[in-house]
Amino acid sequence: MSSVHLNNIVKRFGGFTAVHQTSLAIPEGEFVTLLGPSGCGKTTNLRMIAGLLDPTEGEILIGGKRMNEVPIHKRNLGIVFQNYALFPHKTVAQNVAFGLRYRDVPKADVASRVQAALDLVQLPEVGERYPKELSGGQQQRIALARAIVIQPEVLLLDEPLSALDANLREDMRVELKRIQHQIGVTTVFVTHDQSEALAMSDKIVVMSAGRVEQIGTPEEVYNTPASAFVANFLGASNILQGRCTGRDAQAVQIEIAPFGTVPVPADKAADLREGPAKLILRAEKLLLLGAAADTSGLITAQATVETVDYQGQTVRYFVRLGETQLQAINMIDTRPFVEGSTVTIGFRPQDCAALQET
Amino acid sequence: MGGLGWNLIRGWAILVYIFMFLPVAVVVLLSFNASQFGSFPMTGFSFRWFVELANNDAILRAFRTSMILGFLTAVISTTLGVLASLALVRYRVPGASLISTLLIAPILVPEVVLAVALLLFLNFLSINKSFALLLAGHVIFTLPFVILVVQARLVSIKRDIEEAAMSLGASPMQTFFQITLPLMLPAVLAGGLFAFTISFDDITGTLFWKPGGVETVPTQIFAMLRNSISPEINALGTVMIVMTVGLPLLGVAIARQMTRKGGI
Repeated sequence: MSSVHLNNIVKRFGGFTAVHQTSLAIPEGEFVTLLGPSGCGKTTNLRMIAGLLDPTEGEILIGGKRMNEVPIHKRNLGIVFQNYALFPHKTVAQNVAFGLRYRDVPKADVASRVQAALDLVQLPEVGERYPKELSGGQQQRIALARAIVIQPEVLLLDEPLSALDANLREDMRVELKRIQHQIGVTTVFVTHDQSEALAMSDKIVVMSAGRVEQIGTPEEVYNTPASAFVANFLGASNILQGRCTGRDAQAVQIEIAPFGTVPVPADKAADLREGPAKLILRAEKLLLLGAAADTSGLITAQATVETVDYQGQTVRYFVRLGETQLQAINMIDTRPFVEGSTVTIGFRPQDCAALQET
Repeated sequence: MGGLGWNLIRGWAILVYIFMFLPVAVVVLLSFNASQFGSFPMTGFSFRWFVELANNDAILRAFRTSMILGFLTAVISTTLGVLASLALVRYRVPGASLISTLLIAPILVPEVVLAVALLLFLNFLSINKSFALLLAGHVIFTLPFVILVVQARLVSIKRDIEEAAMSLGASPMQTFFQITLPLMLPAVLAGGLFAFTISFDDITGTLFWKPGGVETVPTQIFAMLRNSISPEINALGTVMIVMTVGLPLLGVAIARQMTRKGGI
């Protein structure tokens, strides 16, 4: 297993720039997710690491060695594709053993390593079957076994869960993380699904339009988004226009029309200068309060419930205060507020983050 | 539904089929006729025309020529067709759609025109007629069939299967022989059989291109018919029908079997 470095990588297709100058360091053994909407360049980055695309500029290092001129079949990578990409004319065991024949593995060891890989993905008994006889989830496990049996330097996962249905996806998510943990391989995971990224990653690289928006742990990108794009892409956020009126060691003061002054913790408003600013308030941090609720420590306002989107465990409200519409996702205590009613809304200032208006 | 209209259409369809297949059936039937004269009623059942066929040197020579020509046409056409399909489907070739059209064009051009054109071209280059020229001509007009069949199959083989093989350490060449070729083998075999069959019963182009003294089975039949209608020809016709109908059917059956086993 090895570290991966992208140094000033640029990828252009004709006149179109798919990846703008990007540098990325992925330490050995880490699980890093490239997250972003389709067309953000995440798959392009993955394919450049894999050797399926050549970078237009810059350098790719795996384990400290320059890889630009090394063809894919000499890079020793494990790749898992969205659509499994199993060889339909080979049995499961032959699929998994495929990479071993190019690696001088003694014949006697091949069978035991194949079996160990199948055990690891918890499908020890399907070796003699053909891929099409397995379910989608099973096929993806076999694809994973095939990729890790060669003990790759880096494991590359290209939206491996997207083709599975919802329940299976969550199981596979846990499973994938367990296996990655167990073998400790450096992993680059590409997804457009924020919950996958948050659940699995050591580090998330949020990308948009060919640029890196933010690199951080799941908590960092979730709680302290570096841009309005990140705030919106990871969960639902309210972004309010305001002004920064001053700061001290603990807090930054943000003036927001309907709420007055909000003291945002200084570490969640780094580099913010006085002037126009954006306040980011996550939908699940905005609470709708009953008449008897305790409002101490909260910044509150009166609002009208416009839309109620009932989701069982939670409910999503759209509330209106004057010109502004806000989104709130609340757990349901007793029963949801009804459309048209006037409620008190409130949030804790320490749950907010602030960004410079650009 | 039902009613007079539908019954008329049904009856008409049956008449059309009879019109198309009755002559063929007559040839097959008469090839087993014991009598010297090809006419009904048949006087008895016999294999004598097949035996005479097997003893006729001219026909045997023509048969051997046809087999060799068909086999070489199939091998060359299939090889070229696979390579062309790979280039057109898997790689960015400048002018790919133009090349594709040109490769398919021999299907659309009347065979006589193609035959004359090739002959004039070679005349212009002062090259004499030869077996190699005949073979080249057959390759030209069987190639489109191979390309159409192989291309369709290749498109359905996902690129990421090949990418997966390469990521596991197979070079592009190894990937082709381990993954791509086995997966498109049914189409390659079907294409080869098409090529063989088309070459085997071609007459138009062959009449133009064949060098003096060389006869294929169709041109031999044609030559024999100019003298008299011998019952041997019926027997030969039956053999031709078995080969040109049976082989593609066999090919399709094999392809289907392989596809079923291989998944997808």
